[in-house]
Amino acid sequence: MYKPYETSFRAQRMSIKEKLMNISFWYVFCICLLAAAGTVMLYSAANGHWNPWAIKQLARFCVGLGVMFVLALIDIRWLMRYAYVFYIFALVLLLVVEVNGHTGMGAQRWINFVFFKLQPSELMKIALVMALAKYFHGVPLQSIESIKGIIPPLLMALVPAGLIIIQPDLGTGLMLVMTTCAIFFCVGVQLWKFGLVGLSAIIMAPIAWHFLHDYQKNRVLTFLNPERDPLGAGYHIIQSKIALGSGGIFGKGFLKGTQSHLNFLPEKHTDFIYTMLSEEFGMVGAVLIILINLIIIAYGFSFAFKSSSYFGKILALGLTTNYFLYVFINTAMVLGLIPVVGVPLPLISYGGTVMLSIMASFGLMLSVYINRNISLGKE
Amino acid sequence: MNRDNDKGKILLQRALVMAGGMALLLFGIILRLYYLQVFQADKFKMLADENRISTRLVIPERGIIYDRNGTVLATNEQNFQVMIVAEQTADVQQTLDAFKKLMPLSEDEEKRIKRDLKRNRSFVPVKVKENLTWEEVAKVQLNAAELPGIYIEEGLNRYYPYGEKMAQVLGYVAAVSDSDPKDDPLLEVPGFKIGKSGIEKFLEQRLRGKSGILKMEVNAYGRVMKEIEETEGVPGENITLTLDARLQEKAYDAFQDQSGAAILLDVHSGEILAFVSTPAFDPNAFARGLTHQEWNALQTNEKTPLVNKAIQGHYSPGSVFKPLVALAGLEAGAIKPDTKLFCNGRMALGDHFFHCWKYWGHGNLNVVEALMHSCDIFFYETALRVGIDKIADMARRFGLGEKIGIGLENELPGLVPDKKWKLKNRGEPWQQGETLIVGIGQGSLLVTPLQLATMTARLVNGGYKVKPTFFPVSDRNLLKIEKINVSDTYLDMVKQGMYDVVNIPGGTAWMSRFDYHGMKMGGKTGSVQVRRITLKERQQGITKQEDLPWKYRDHAIFIGYAPADNPKYAVAVLVEHGGGGSKAAAPIASKILKDALILDPVVYRKH
Repeated sequence: MYKPYETSFRAQRMSIKEKLMNISFWYVFCICLLAAAGTVMLYSAANGHWNPWAIKQLARFCVGLGVMFVLALIDIRWLMRYAYVFYIFALVLLLVVEVNGHTGMGAQRWINFVFFKLQPSELMKIALVMALAKYFHGVPLQSIESIKGIIPPLLMALVPAGLIIIQPDLGTGLMLVMTTCAIFFCVGVQLWKFGLVGLSAIIMAPIAWHFLHDYQKNRVLTFLNPERDPLGAGYHIIQSKIALGSGGIFGKGFLKGTQSHLNFLPEKHTDFIYTMLSEEFGMVGAVLIILINLIIIAYGFSFAFKSSSYFGKILALGLTTNYFLYVFINTAMVLGLIPVVGVPLPLISYGGTVMLSIMASFGLMLSVYINRNISLGKE
Repeated sequence: MNRDNDKGKILLQRALVMAGGMALLLFGIILRLYYLQVFQADKFKMLADENRISTRLVIPERGIIYDRNGTVLATNEQNFQVMIVAEQTADVQQTLDAFKKLMPLSEDEEKRIKRDLKRNRSFVPVKVKENLTWEEVAKVQLNAAELPGIYIEEGLNRYYPYGEKMAQVLGYVAAVSDSDPKDDPLLEVPGFKIGKSGIEKFLEQRLRGKSGILKMEVNAYGRVMKEIEETEGVPGENITLTLDARLQEKAYDAFQDQSGAAILLDVHSGEILAFVSTPAFDPNAFARGLTHQEWNALQTNEKTPLVNKAIQGHYSPGSVFKPLVALAGLEAGAIKPDTKLFCNGRMALGDHFFHCWKYWGHGNLNVVEALMHSCDIFFYETALRVGIDKIADMARRFGLGEKIGIGLENELPGLVPDKKWKLKNRGEPWQQGETLIVGIGQGSLLVTPLQLATMTARLVNGGYKVKPTFFPVSDRNLLKIEKINVSDTYLDMVKQGMYDVVNIPGGTAWMSRFDYHGMKMGGKTGSVQVRRITLKERQQGITKQEDLPWKYRDHAIFIGYAPADNPKYAVAVLVEHGGGGSKAAAPIASKILKDALILDPVVYRKH
């Protein structure tokens, strides 16, 4: 048994070297494994070429790795102190995008900096988890179980979620809402409240249907019946299932996926990369990816359980949930289990923003783990 | 503090529940993977192959048609086509302009090319021009550098070396139309052509062959990535016909620019050696595709080049029917071999007078002499004595009144009238006057030239029921030919009459006689009135056929055979509006028969 005051005393003086030594090796190893799988698949997606995707993705991962290590070294007290500031910053950026989006052409979800595109909705995914973690850290159970105590965090979640949904980016908006739900569930909001919200959601659904954009309605309808539009929106799902199914147990072999390489599979380097992987490496490869993700998620939970601070626990749980949602939504989507919502498979799909935000969230989780013995006061 | 402990406890409990939920959901993903990749793998593998593999039918080479001596009548010729692939040139217009400098390209053609290019994906070849000559091919290949995106493809075109001379027998091939039965997936292949008439249509299935199958891997846009495998097709069967191209050509040419038909038969087997209907069309033009003007010209031509007059023309036989009347008379005993009837130029029946073609009459004639002079009165009288039903019966035995069925489309059956027919179709009883008219081959009696040739062959081959055919008759089948129930003696008398027609001075075809190493021909002339010369025309001085407009002149008919003493060939010649049979048809028949004898392998060896 360890003595909290001793360790906390020691931890408060942790050197950078000590912190680095505390990083979970196998966690980072699994992350690298997935990134490697992603690079391999992007190499295949370009018919056996490093350009245009694989090499860039690898470079981004290296940058992401750097970001992860830097964030891992941040003191958790500092994280908690600035959680709300970070949240407000993300919210302002969202508003800026919203205003720009209305003046610009169509739906613009990012801000153009000189070197990269910043997507505030990705930033918000992390900022919201931090803000909620800080909020629930500071309130007693009675407050969480009361109606009044649940209103501030609800607003903290719904305002950005609403902004993102009207961008319109339904997928990200819903992910935000689901992450919030998961956190509410964990902190102990009574189940009947979820039931109530769920019930009203069912009642509201027909009304919400009216506010959906045509393309979103199409996606839902096409999901329900892919044959409705076999050459249009349903084409993606049908071709994805054909590619997956024809892969069989051991797959068609690296670079030999006919569906992918003959272009029957759309978006094979982004949202549908998991399909391509499953076609070329079969069920063996597909299950392996799921298992590695399962390990990463399990690590996330173990970080939460090991953290001695409530803030750290919620932060790790929220970020893990966010990661889980990426993995589940993407795989379920390409397997034809849920509508096509345009959520990439983290670390494997091509795309810079998600890579950076995911690596950043891994960094924060590692910080929670490294600082597991630091107990935080109520502030 | 107690509540704070609870707060941690609840978090732990619920986080574990959530972890379990996530594990469950990911397990669901694995189950789904199992369902798709193991349970339904076969179905999806098939669907993936369906996506990936495109099957193209390869058109088999059409069978070649030969004549009896192995001369090619219909074959496949290389057709060089210029193709353009849009994606292989930076500027389509520039390439086309460069091409136009080499050979002309009409505005319509250019429009079609651009339309085709727009309709197809950029990697699909589009035809620019076809039927290039060797020089043109060389020109394109020499200038390949200035013609990016252009290449030459070899296709096959049906080619008929004898052109219109064989058109009505062979028919032609053309693109599949909506009305054609879709019995073979080949018919859906663009550019595939099928037999539309004649032998090409009759033997379509045998000539067509079986398509080859080319399996290719294509991508989602239909671009061919590679060939997977090719199954060789089976080329169409080669066909040998009984025609003799040399005789066919000579017979066709004998008509010069006249309109008509001629059929030359081997009298023992029924094999058709020449089968002419003139004027005809150019089947090569049909295979290539006719222009609107060409089609209109064919359709409006008063000499009806699209009609196969040998089987699709109904004509009165006229005097060439007289041998059958003579046979009927002899068989019925209405006349005896030595019966002489007197012709004074006309004959009364009721209050009508029936005239002989010879105003002053022929005097006393027996049946042989009556045939030789083609005396109308003799046959009026004979017909009257025999009655229509016995004449009709005799006519049917010799092949008149029903389709012969040689495989060519739209063959007409002809018409042999009798009492039953009249009552059934006209609702009136038969008139005796009609018997007289039919007795000289006119009236409602209708025949096709092919039927006349058949009749002639049966008259001179000893009374065997030969059936004309384009396909070689085996010796076994030759023995199976039945004999017609008719007396040989009477047949010999008729043959004698027909011999005299040609070989005795005063016979109606005396001018057309020949003697080739002792071989002569026999025959019978016939003229069929199309319209009488009216009184008004007579007063204007129009008394001769030549003075009438072409379409009002008599049809000229001649049936003949040779050698007269041991017949081998029979011919029937019809010249539409040719005037008289002796003047227009007999010379053609004579020429055809003589050529047949000259080219006859047995006769040729002897002399």
